[in-house]
Amino acid sequence: MIFGISTQALMSQLLVGLINGSFYALLSLGLAIIFGLLNIVNFAHGALYTLGAFVAWFLLEYAGIGYWGALILSPLVVGLVGAIIERLMLKPLHGLDPLYGLLLTFGLALIIQGLFLNAYGSSGLPYSIPETLAGGINLGFMFLPKYRAWVIVFSLAVCLATWYVTERTRLGSYLRAATENPSLVQAFGVNVPQMITLTYAMGVALAALAGVMAAPIYRVSPLMGSEMIIVVFAVVVIGGMGSIMGSIVTGFALGIIEGLTKVFYPEASNVVVFVIMALVLMVKSSGLFGKAG
Amino acid sequence: MICGRSWKLTLVSLAAATSAAAQMTDKVVKIGVLNDQSGLYADLSGQGSVIAAKLAAEDFGGKVEGTPIEVIFADHQNKPDVGSNIARQWFDVEKVDVIVDVPTSSVALAINQITKDKNKVFLDSGAATSDLTGKACSPNTIHWTYDTWALANGTGKAVVQSGGDTWFFLTADYAFGHALERDVTAVVKAAGGKVLGGVRHPLNASDFSSFLLQAQASKAKVIGLANAGGDTINSIKAAAEFGITQGGQKLAGLLVFVNDINALGLKVAQGLQLTEAFYWDRDDKTRAWSKRFSDKKKGSEPSMVQAGVYSAVLHYLKAVQALKSDADGKAVVEKMKQMPTDDEVFGKGSIRVDGRKLHPMYLYQVKSPAESKKPWDYYKLVREIPANEAFRSLSESDCPLVKK
Repeated sequence: MIFGISTQALMSQLLVGLINGSFYALLSLGLAIIFGLLNIVNFAHGALYTLGAFVAWFLLEYAGIGYWGALILSPLVVGLVGAIIERLMLKPLHGLDPLYGLLLTFGLALIIQGLFLNAYGSSGLPYSIPETLAGGINLGFMFLPKYRAWVIVFSLAVCLATWYVTERTRLGSYLRAATENPSLVQAFGVNVPQMITLTYAMGVALAALAGVMAAPIYRVSPLMGSEMIIVVFAVVVIGGMGSIMGSIVTGFALGIIEGLTKVFYPEASNVVVFVIMALVLMVKSSGLFGKAG
Repeated sequence: MICGRSWKLTLVSLAAATSAAAQMTDKVVKIGVLNDQSGLYADLSGQGSVIAAKLAAEDFGGKVEGTPIEVIFADHQNKPDVGSNIARQWFDVEKVDVIVDVPTSSVALAINQITKDKNKVFLDSGAATSDLTGKACSPNTIHWTYDTWALANGTGKAVVQSGGDTWFFLTADYAFGHALERDVTAVVKAAGGKVLGGVRHPLNASDFSSFLLQAQASKAKVIGLANAGGDTINSIKAAAEFGITQGGQKLAGLLVFVNDINALGLKVAQGLQLTEAFYWDRDDKTRAWSKRFSDKKKGSEPSMVQAGVYSAVLHYLKAVQALKSDADGKAVVEKMKQMPTDDEVFGKGSIRVDGRKLHPMYLYQVKSPAESKKPWDYYKLVREIPANEAFRSLSESDCPLVKK
């Protein structure tokens, strides 16, 4: 017994928190990459997460392509949409105050959400868990649905792979160098504008991936992104804007903290993330993992 | 002499004509549909309620005593402050005569007070709290479609009678959830059952697995979902995923709309019992009306809230016509209470002194995928609950309008 709650119950709540944390981590990771490398505050991230889920639904409904196909195709489609957005709309804003990018992407988010709301309504569309992952495993202290276990494992793998690519490979070092000094990197023969487009596409593809993974758990709903985006921004701020490892660690950690709040004081579970954000900003304004200044 | 007399008669009739016209304020009967246009309750109310109000105006011929009917709408975003501002603006500046729909009990209670202060009319279809005809009842308000008491005595009672005597609540943490939990608790206790505990979750909480694990640990036979819309959908989905229902615990969806079933899919929703005032496929009349509705709503069938908006607006227009005036809100509501109601969606009914509209309620069970033969074919009837049994009796009412 810990604080009047059995250890078993606590273990299962921690696990549930970790599952929600996977989504926070995946989404904030994309945001962190886009901000860290492009200096764009991508408010359209939630809408593109929604788009990812909808693409999965379209694939199933109109092409008969199931979950596994969608897991690959949907991020590609949304990544392409992202590339177009970057080329046509964000590129002209390059070099301006990040506020302009924020306003543009915020507007885009409202448009995408409004279009889906108008076409499909607010209650959403059903999307089933793939047959191979239906059912669950009895862990003794809780019944863990196989699908949720898959979400944790897969998102952790994606997060670490992304971190590895940006921090430990040659491509990643080009990317980071291009943000420090684009003209110098260009002089070395690297196509910087193309790389920026690719980075944005990769960031939003991560959002789409999270959208596909979320579809069977919640449902495919136009509002799923706006419900998520504010929390995810708080995660990014706590982790430190642009810090990749920071956003992964904070995403999982906040999922757990939120989960525990749901046990001890459920009424506050929607605000706990923001309380932590306020506290972190008071103590360390660059975020837990951010570089000072 | 004859000439003089007819001249006087003309004057009198002219005066009468102008005074009759003056009683329709601002040369328009203006209906304001105030509800959730973009959030978790938008599908069960939203634009569908606007379509329903317009259908009622259309069926009435578009005019009352030669005065045109106009329908406007706004989004209250499920926030009492936003809703109150719109209501004040509507009554003071835009000359709205009647506000209809208003889901989200916290907003409805705010509009209830403002309407009373301004002596206008409030016809609530979307909100659930039984306080609207209880301690907060008003001579300017009619609660049309359903309420938490009716839900508790429909679904709640059916579940207790089938052996579900220990309960754990998942309650939306605002006026509606609290009222529903209170009314169901009363039913459970009256039947000799026990409430083992509960969780109050924020409105629009996306993940319910954590709350459901707590419900599971309570070992209660029944998990009562005192929430609505997207919250109910996510609760039911998570319960299926975490094997709650396979583990022997039963879910009681205390307020489930036909749109929620559509979003859940029958595979997950099958077997759920729920209480509704209206189902599109109930009889020939409801099918005919719903066809007109769904033609304008991209094939979506109407919810009971939207059907209630139609029924309420139609009866309002009848009362205004009978009075030949829309000026005095209290007088219009009084007239509405005197006249029996009759329409295609709810059939014959009446309105009680406390503002409660009376009609039968229906206990339905959600079909299995195999039983469903066409789109939106979701319910089978378990029991019709007659009007006198469906709603709280006046003797139990704490409404100040009820003389005891």
